Amino acid sequence: MRLALIGQPNAGKSTLFNQVAGYKAETGNFPGTTVTYTESKVQVLGESVELVDLPGTYSLSAASRAEQEAIRYLASHEVDAIVNIIDASHLIQGLGLTLELLELGCPVIVGMNMMDEAARLGLSIDGPQLQELLGVPVLPLVANRGRGIQKLFTTAVQVAREGKDAPRLPYKNKVLEQTVQSLTTHLEDNTIGWAPEALAIRLLENGEALFSDIKQELPDIWPLVEEHKQMIIEGHGNDPEWAFAAERHALAQELTSKVVIQKEERVNWQTRLDDIILHPFWGYLIMLGILWIFFQGVYTLGSYLEKPLLNSFDVFTQKLPTLLGGGESVWIKMLVGGIQGIAGGVAIVLPYLVPFLLGMGFLEDLGYLPRLAFMMDVLMHRLGLHGKAIVPFILGYGCNVPAVMATRTLRDRQDRFLAALLATMVPCAARLSIIFGLVAFYLGPIYAVAIYVLNILVIAIVGRLLSQRVLKGSPGLILEVPAYRLPTLKTVVQKAWFRIREFVVEAWPLLIGGSIILEIANILHISDIINIVFRPLTWALGLPTAVGMPLVFGILRKELSLIMLRQALNVTDFSMALSPEQMLTFTVFVVFYVPCVATLAALRKELGTRKMWIITALTVVVAIVAALFTRLFAVVFAPVLGF
Amino acid sequence: MVLIDAECGQSVRIISYTGGHGVISKLRQLSLMPGDSVQIVKKAPLRGPVLIESQGRSVALGRGIAARVQVEII
Repeated sequence: MRLALIGQPNAGKSTLFNQVAGYKAETGNFPGTTVTYTESKVQVLGESVELVDLPGTYSLSAASRAEQEAIRYLASHEVDAIVNIIDASHLIQGLGLTLELLELGCPVIVGMNMMDEAARLGLSIDGPQLQELLGVPVLPLVANRGRGIQKLFTTAVQVAREGKDAPRLPYKNKVLEQTVQSLTTHLEDNTIGWAPEALAIRLLENGEALFSDIKQELPDIWPLVEEHKQMIIEGHGNDPEWAFAAERHALAQELTSKVVIQKEERVNWQTRLDDIILHPFWGYLIMLGILWIFFQGVYTLGSYLEKPLLNSFDVFTQKLPTLLGGGESVWIKMLVGGIQGIAGGVAIVLPYLVPFLLGMGFLEDLGYLPRLAFMMDVLMHRLGLHGKAIVPFILGYGCNVPAVMATRTLRDRQDRFLAALLATMVPCAARLSIIFGLVAFYLGPIYAVAIYVLNILVIAIVGRLLSQRVLKGSPGLILEVPAYRLPTLKTVVQKAWFRIREFVVEAWPLLIGGSIILEIANILHISDIINIVFRPLTWALGLPTAVGMPLVFGILRKELSLIMLRQALNVTDFSMALSPEQMLTFTVFVVFYVPCVATLAALRKELGTRKMWIITALTVVVAIVAALFTRLFAVVFAPVLGF
Repeated sequence: MVLIDAECGQSVRIISYTGGHGVISKLRQLSLMPGDSVQIVKKAPLRGPVLIESQGRSVALGRGIAARVQVEII
């Protein structure tokens, strides 16, 4: 049996999915964080159920590719029942999507989440009456506290077993209703497996755009569809797309007015908080304060842990050859190499990654990020950046892969290309560990801040150049600003743990394998060849020849370039082998050049192979220019900076 | 008048909006339909975006978009 979970962004769908399926979906108090389908197997009522987590979507208006995919997936009966999660505190908006789902001709069940939040807002919701009006089960839910989940899924399985399709609520507008019914009669035996009525509505509403790839399977209906569309335009006064949206909106409003009673309106502390957080002066001061505390905290904690961890690993790797009987055998060298790989992962990356992920998760769940977007929009526009690009942009600080995937929510192809390109230049958590582990650790945290500022400037310049020269202007920001929610320790820790586990599982084999390969390459002098190939580049940047090989490893995973550098330079203390200028130049180059393999794969999937290569080439150009600038700057100002 | 001309704290009713297909469908998705009443909650400084509230949901609208939304004061 297969169940699909669908809901609007921020309705708590991923939280629910995680509660049921273990930590699989990425959640956050930020609209649109889920962009790929996650599937998980769970046991309900002794039945094995495949649970599909669909991307958060406001409606099925087919405006974006993600929505089109979702409509086709659901309408073609690939699932046995749809579990629709709605936010009880935003019922009108949530019901808009529910009404669309009821039109698809599938079994539907509604989970009304955030009942506690609705109660706090003074909303009294009559669930049983809503159930009666909609004609499908409606169950209360507080997903983040685990309340109501079991009941929801046992009911969902029962509904799926019965297999009774949800009834559609008739439209108030007579013409619209009659037109839909009239077209339905012509579609009774369609070959694409959709419910005839669902097909009729979607043909009228979305037309050929939604069916472009299966046009041949529905050959003789297009004149009929046009005819019916004309009927709507004449009878309703709007084109079908508008007509359907307006009808559903009116229905949702009517339903809400019947089931929701607004009790005394309490003084909303959220509004009070926003008065300060979004204040034209204090807001920006608070923003700087939050970011400062965040990065200072990551740095303090990380550097506190990095030193003793590195030392103990160094002592261990130095003693190891003696412990194993000494000698310079190849095997011992490889073993030491592998252990040094682990040392890099544990001592250089984890101390910064763990606090970063915890802090990021906290800010995400709190709901601060959309507010940051609101305040930064002016600046972004001034610098020629796309308003909506802020979503992948902010996600990018955690990891570039979800950032690139999040560009799927952008409609325009050129917008998606630009947003993806810029997102890949955002220093992710892996590059954060390089910036902090090398620059902040040896030169001081102020230099790490300088690199972040430089990074934002470079991204802004690239964005501005491309949006003016190549791409057309951006439509601007439309972003939901969700209510603040106090993050629970459990969800923040779970989320951080999930990402760390991913790092350990995916990166450590690469770290260990990479270190051993580097050791072998050293013995066989292969790295010399690679270093010679890279020599023109390393020479121009004023870096040691041995940097070439680590740069290659950096493409596998960004943090590898630093970890491998340690081994390639054969030092435990970077300040012995690199001057401050070299540290800065190296870090700036690594921050920008070539996205890691995982990001490349995401780019290829989202934009195609050609654009992936264009982005790769652009990042190399940007990296070289930025690194040369850094070198020049560091050399010129060396006396001032005290290098 | 258009949405950006409304003052902070004012309640307005949406009459209509214009723009590209993407903009229109996004506004529609966020349940900002003609006929709905909307309150202006915040206006970011330096010609920044506008924060509005409609039926309990807050939405940030860039200036370019807010300039395309025709409203009347209620």
